[in-house]
Amino acid sequence: MKNKLISLEDAVARIPDGASLLIGGFMAVGGPNRLVDELIRQGKRDLTIIANDTARPNNGLGKLVVEKLVRRVVTSHIGLNPETQKQMISGAIEVELVPQGTLAERIRAGGVGLGGVLTPTGVGTTVEEGKRKVEIDGVPYLLEMPIKADFALVAAKQADLYGNLTYALTARNFNPLMTMAGATVIAEAEDILPVGCIPPDAVMTPSVLVDYIVAATPR
Amino acid sequence: MDEKTLIAKRVALELMDGDLVNLGIGLPTLVARYVPAGRHVFFQSENGIVGMSGPITGAENHDLTDAGGSPISALPGAASFDSALSFGLIRGGHLDVTVLGGLQVDREGRLANWMVPGKMVPGMGGAMDLVTGARRVIVAMQHSAKGEAKIVERCTLPLTSVRRVDLVVTDLAVIEPTDAGLVLKETAPGVTVEQVIANTGCELIIAPDLRSMPIEG
Repeated sequence: MKNKLISLEDAVARIPDGASLLIGGFMAVGGPNRLVDELIRQGKRDLTIIANDTARPNNGLGKLVVEKLVRRVVTSHIGLNPETQKQMISGAIEVELVPQGTLAERIRAGGVGLGGVLTPTGVGTTVEEGKRKVEIDGVPYLLEMPIKADFALVAAKQADLYGNLTYALTARNFNPLMTMAGATVIAEAEDILPVGCIPPDAVMTPSVLVDYIVAATPR
Repeated sequence: MDEKTLIAKRVALELMDGDLVNLGIGLPTLVARYVPAGRHVFFQSENGIVGMSGPITGAENHDLTDAGGSPISALPGAASFDSALSFGLIRGGHLDVTVLGGLQVDREGRLANWMVPGKMVPGMGGAMDLVTGARRVIVAMQHSAKGEAKIVERCTLPLTSVRRVDLVVTDLAVIEPTDAGLVLKETAPGVTVEQVIANTGCELIIAPDLRSMPIEG
């Protein structure tokens, strides 16, 4: 079996300019912040980012926006990163705003092979523009399309060498959903453990979804 | 008592024993401080926890924050989960109450609270799911902003949802949207009905049992 534990440089070198990236985290909590810093160091550009929010300018993936490495963002909240708003208004960056629960379900749908999801969220608001409406038992829903990406960059509390993952507390957020929807999945883990150390019931993301593991702190 | 404290204390009276409650960022967060004695309420944060404490200082855990990224703790009996489950609770009808801030509420009880075109485009975050899915939606906001009414005939700002909210609590009044229109149920201590009407941008129906907010100074 191939060795999934690789260096930070090697992991990020696999990501080409123009790639689409699902990036875990919620205001950079549970975000793969070392992988993000390495994307900046290697100067990857024209990226499409799909993430809950764009954090703050000096924090997590917010820095990718500040460094002007992002072409398009699909996200639910940019309110705490004025740089995203500024670049959106100037037209430098394209922003698709998606209700947070809808974003979670679109990513889940992409990862589990569904053709989309029907949600009542957004009906009658600007969110419904250009979308198909489906009525079920008299209730209108929006058809929201699945999201997939070239890569998923996620953060885990623990990884074993097969790539089984656990997450801690509110650092879990979008990470497990994204491991299903990225064609290549790179997990940044705080603790890297021998196979067998994580009991089966404790595994939150099964190893088969994870392609590469990177240490969250330099070793 | 300042206006925000008054609003938070009045909203807190709406929370019932055993409720699962989501508080929005800002003013709504204050509500947690004033839950009436003897009522145990579970607070949810949409980033993935039921059973959160309020903000803490000291003993911060970088993996444990509220939806604004501020450190919290998990109370005994808390549970953490991913974003799909978190919004499943919200959208699926499992959330008893959501308390959100507001920019405008109109005569039909519809809320606008997520953007001001050309000025402020923060994104809707979880607000659209919360207003669409919670069993009860309570709007906690100042009655007017810079002398301009926030309760209006028709929202001019983009709507958060077409769902009618259940209660609006301001520094001047408690208003309940109904089929017939907005019903003025309570006035704040020391505030007259005329003052409420003068600061409201649409017609109010005066409740026959109109009372003063049951809040003591």
